[in-house]
Amino acid sequence: MSSNRNNVEMTKGIDWVMIWLYVALVSVGLIAIFTVEYKFTDDMLSSILGFNKEYSKQFYFALASIIVGVFILLTDSKLFTATANIGYAAGILLILATFVLGKEVGGSKSWIPLGFMNVQPVEVCKIFTSLAIAKYLSLNETDFSKTRSQLIAAAIAFAPAILSVLQSEPGAAIVYFSFVIAFYREGLPAIYLILVFVLGILIIATIMMAPNTLMIVLSIAAVLAIYLMRKKIKRDKSILILIAGAWLLSVGVQRFLVPALFEKVLKPHQVVRIFTTFGKDDFVFKDSARAVAMEKEFAKLGTKKGAGQKAEGYNVKQSKIAIGSGGFVGKGFLKGTQTRGDFVPAQNTDFIFSSIGEGYGFIGSVVLMLLYFGMMLRIVFIAERQRSVFTRVYAYCVAGILFFHVALNISMTLGIAPSPGITLPLLSYGGSSLVTFTVLIFILIRLDADRQMILR
Amino acid sequence: MFLIIVVRLLSLQIFSDEYKLMADNQGIFRKVIYPDRGIVFDRKAKPILRNTITYDLMVIPGKIKGTDTAALLRILGIDTATFKKRILENIIKNTSYRPSIFEPLLDNEKMAKINENLTLFAPGYYLQERSVRDYPYQAAANVLGYLAEVDPNYLKKHEGEGYSPGDYAGMTGLERSYEKVLMGVRGIEYWKKDNKNRLTERWDNGKFDTVPVAGSNIYSSIDIELQKLGEHLMENKLGSIVAIDPKTGGILAMVSAPTYNPQLMTGAGRRKYFSELYLNPATPLLNRTVNAEYAPGSTFKTLQALVGLHENVINTNFTLSCSGAFYGCGSGRPMKCLDYGTFDLRNAIRLSDNTYFATVMQKVINNPHYASIEESLTAWNNYMYAFGLGKRLGVDVPTERTGNIPTPAYFNKAYGKGKWNYCSFRSVSIGQGEVTTTPLQVANEMAFIANKGWFYTPHVIDSIEGGDPYDMLGKFKIKHDALDIADSVYEAVHDGMQGVIDNGTGTGARVNGLKICGKTGTVENYVRGVKQPNHTFFCAFAPRDNPKIAIMCVIENSGRFGGTYAAPIVGLMIEKYLSDSLDKSRMARVEQLSSLNLMPKRVFEELRRQDSLRHSSDSAYLISKGYIKIIKDTLGLEDSEDDAELLKTIKNKELPAKPKPEMPAPIRSPAILPSDERNAKPDSTNKPAA
Repeated sequence: MSSNRNNVEMTKGIDWVMIWLYVALVSVGLIAIFTVEYKFTDDMLSSILGFNKEYSKQFYFALASIIVGVFILLTDSKLFTATANIGYAAGILLILATFVLGKEVGGSKSWIPLGFMNVQPVEVCKIFTSLAIAKYLSLNETDFSKTRSQLIAAAIAFAPAILSVLQSEPGAAIVYFSFVIAFYREGLPAIYLILVFVLGILIIATIMMAPNTLMIVLSIAAVLAIYLMRKKIKRDKSILILIAGAWLLSVGVQRFLVPALFEKVLKPHQVVRIFTTFGKDDFVFKDSARAVAMEKEFAKLGTKKGAGQKAEGYNVKQSKIAIGSGGFVGKGFLKGTQTRGDFVPAQNTDFIFSSIGEGYGFIGSVVLMLLYFGMMLRIVFIAERQRSVFTRVYAYCVAGILFFHVALNISMTLGIAPSPGITLPLLSYGGSSLVTFTVLIFILIRLDADRQMILR
Repeated sequence: MFLIIVVRLLSLQIFSDEYKLMADNQGIFRKVIYPDRGIVFDRKAKPILRNTITYDLMVIPGKIKGTDTAALLRILGIDTATFKKRILENIIKNTSYRPSIFEPLLDNEKMAKINENLTLFAPGYYLQERSVRDYPYQAAANVLGYLAEVDPNYLKKHEGEGYSPGDYAGMTGLERSYEKVLMGVRGIEYWKKDNKNRLTERWDNGKFDTVPVAGSNIYSSIDIELQKLGEHLMENKLGSIVAIDPKTGGILAMVSAPTYNPQLMTGAGRRKYFSELYLNPATPLLNRTVNAEYAPGSTFKTLQALVGLHENVINTNFTLSCSGAFYGCGSGRPMKCLDYGTFDLRNAIRLSDNTYFATVMQKVINNPHYASIEESLTAWNNYMYAFGLGKRLGVDVPTERTGNIPTPAYFNKAYGKGKWNYCSFRSVSIGQGEVTTTPLQVANEMAFIANKGWFYTPHVIDSIEGGDPYDMLGKFKIKHDALDIADSVYEAVHDGMQGVIDNGTGTGARVNGLKICGKTGTVENYVRGVKQPNHTFFCAFAPRDNPKIAIMCVIENSGRFGGTYAAPIVGLMIEKYLSDSLDKSRMARVEQLSSLNLMPKRVFEELRRQDSLRHSSDSAYLISKGYIKIIKDTLGLEDSEDDAELLKTIKNKELPAKPKPEMPAPIRSPAILPSDERNAKPDSTNKPAA
């Protein structure tokens, strides 16, 4: 492969399935945004080209994305391996810059204004982080079975996330957990995944159950474990210590970590979102100022803390009504009353799925899910045909990010997960999100086109 | 994870209808399109009740910033506090994004001023057309009736007929009786609405919409010119005139005095005007033609002659001499006759001889042909029912009363079984005592006599454009001819009645070149033992050989005799109807009668008292006087609708205890004389005269 390729060489090796899946999803997004915002009184052509409406802007963002995509395809794959670390450092610097230059949008100071659009560095930084992880894991000297390597990889992955939490944008931070999927593919022991899973269950249990009840349940589980493994314990006392440690850790999480999370780390409106998703609201706050703030948040939803009823945020409720009323085949293009009547807030961005659920019903929703699912399978397929570890890790990172975004966003619109405020890839309105995913995907396509090379 | 999402999608989209319903509820608006109400025409096809356009001033509170509010307030004549209150109310009721009515039913002057300066007030304010009722002749209020906003009670009663709060429906008169045909069929448009409840676009391009159908026009038998003349003649009087075309039963005129201007019940001042009428002691809202009952007085005598002749207790040559009084019941309280001498049937009618008819009825009641007095009185009752008395006629104007024809059961209750005889109720024979009739019944009785034995149920509406879908008119096409009395009998009665006009008690009704048959009536009446001026009656039909109009007139407490005021009024009405015009000298007579003030003194006394009471706003007085109840009776016969709320507030404020169902004796309006009399001992309040 020479560095001065001609046009024929540029398209050589490109995965057209990915390209078509990409085009399909972006088109669906444009139609969905158009459905949300278009009024019958608008002149269609001029409003699409006018850059006044969001669907018009998204149209230009899509054009810009294609240019960016083509540009990426024109570059040399080695560029990405070469600049991965510098890019990552620049990304971190950008996030840090928001503390100074940041513009406040929706309560979090994580945006940098560029005049014609706002850029969220945390969003863009996913690209650099993916490349940096790929770079680190593909190094010859990295042995991922060693704890030291694992910790370094984790540090690369979670540094932007931690900065993001400090910016009061924990939603964006959650996505960085998706790199665990790539780590797992590269040999991270399953025990970590299990631990994360157990931690999740423990947090949910803490929300759902009274503190003392949960402690009793945990204690019984510990006693039961000791009883069942009494023979093993006789042989190896360390198991007993392990069980005791696990019990202590669980109780610690239940008694201190989760309450600290709710009391200190998360914002009141986020806490309410979590509570309402699980239909539980009798958590006792020790901090009186926080308790008062929580009362206010509950009052906004038209319910009371401790009323016992499943309070739902207006957004989620309207989104559920929109999707639920779509039925099997949906109401049709521009015929959804929920969408047309502006009932669902933020329907262009976070709740774009509700527009599709209402307009095209179960069929449309499942087809969209299949498009995403197909794209992820395709990425995994691409990953597995690589000779280069760099490309494979990067592919898994992209798949993981995509999966987290899609699963969390759609779950949120359906009211089965708290709404962390993350976008639906390629569909949600917003240049930052669209360009980020375009770059993520096209870098992958570029790397895949050079799959015969071994990149480090 | 994807599986969980798909399962969730299944449960939301396919296994649950709830979300579809919620989306429809908040996303679709059912807009009702009101059709024009039907027009009412008179017998010469002149519109007497039609529609016109007026304007409501609408406001969208969210858009009023920057408009010249001060100028608007000057035009409307309201202060800033009122303005703020109204805007606040509108926002609470309708949010600040949706239009609300700021000032309904603008009068022409305000509307013109606002229209001129509309650019100053746009886009926060705009004018919206509204169709309201228009009464081009401003007459026949009691017949035509008016519309009012429906209340929850009405909605409950008319569930499933498509009314919703805020709608208008006919509350009285023809507007009420023919509501079903006049209202038309409402159209429905389905609109999409947005999160702020604004209507955005049509649902499915109007595929499911229904088109409104205008209300049917209805054709009445009213002669609006005759009606206007009647109302003019009855100015400054209490009473009524009813004129019927005897051949069809169609009502030509139906005057209830005092009346009111129905046009004022449609505009912005409606509430104020209504409460004025409501509290007026002359009870203008009462439709006296059907909802007042009077002892019929001597007009009743002609019917006794018919009964006597048909029962064969007398013949046309029966003669009686009056030596000064009727002594058939001993000499305790004789009924006096005015003229001494000997009377045959014709002259007895002509000169309205009490003794003659008391004797005739005595013969009927004491007829040995019947086993008991109960049987003979029952037979007599059946005659009266056949004449259209004692029961509702079934006219198409609401709030009709039955009148009272005393039955054996009635006397059994009053005296005890077997403890009464003819002498207990002998004054009934001359139309006094326990018997009461509505003016409409008396006019119908004239039609019956004019037709020589039959009548059609009196009615105002002859036909409905496009057919009669609810069979409202069928009953008016049934001929009532239960009795078979020979024409010669009627001829004798007609002779007597013609004599009344030619040279009897009713010469005032004379019209040159017309053979008119008539009968006077004068009823003494008492209020709390204080004698009041007489009610005077006159009823007639003309021409004798080919009757075209049967008419009655009653003037409450006019004093003097039936021939004095009522007869000339009837004469003018007949002349106007039959010759279609009145010459100069007759017009002078009209003005003379019209300006004649016969309003009873007590009405003025009450007005004066009200004025002095108004300062202390002591409505309890009015309630104790029974005025409120009278009107409540009037309006509340079937359902108490309009302004029942007003009544309630007055009651709550002034009378913590429940008002007694039956007002005690001091009810003093003549309109409910019968209950007065029923409470009193028979034979004690009314004395025969004329």
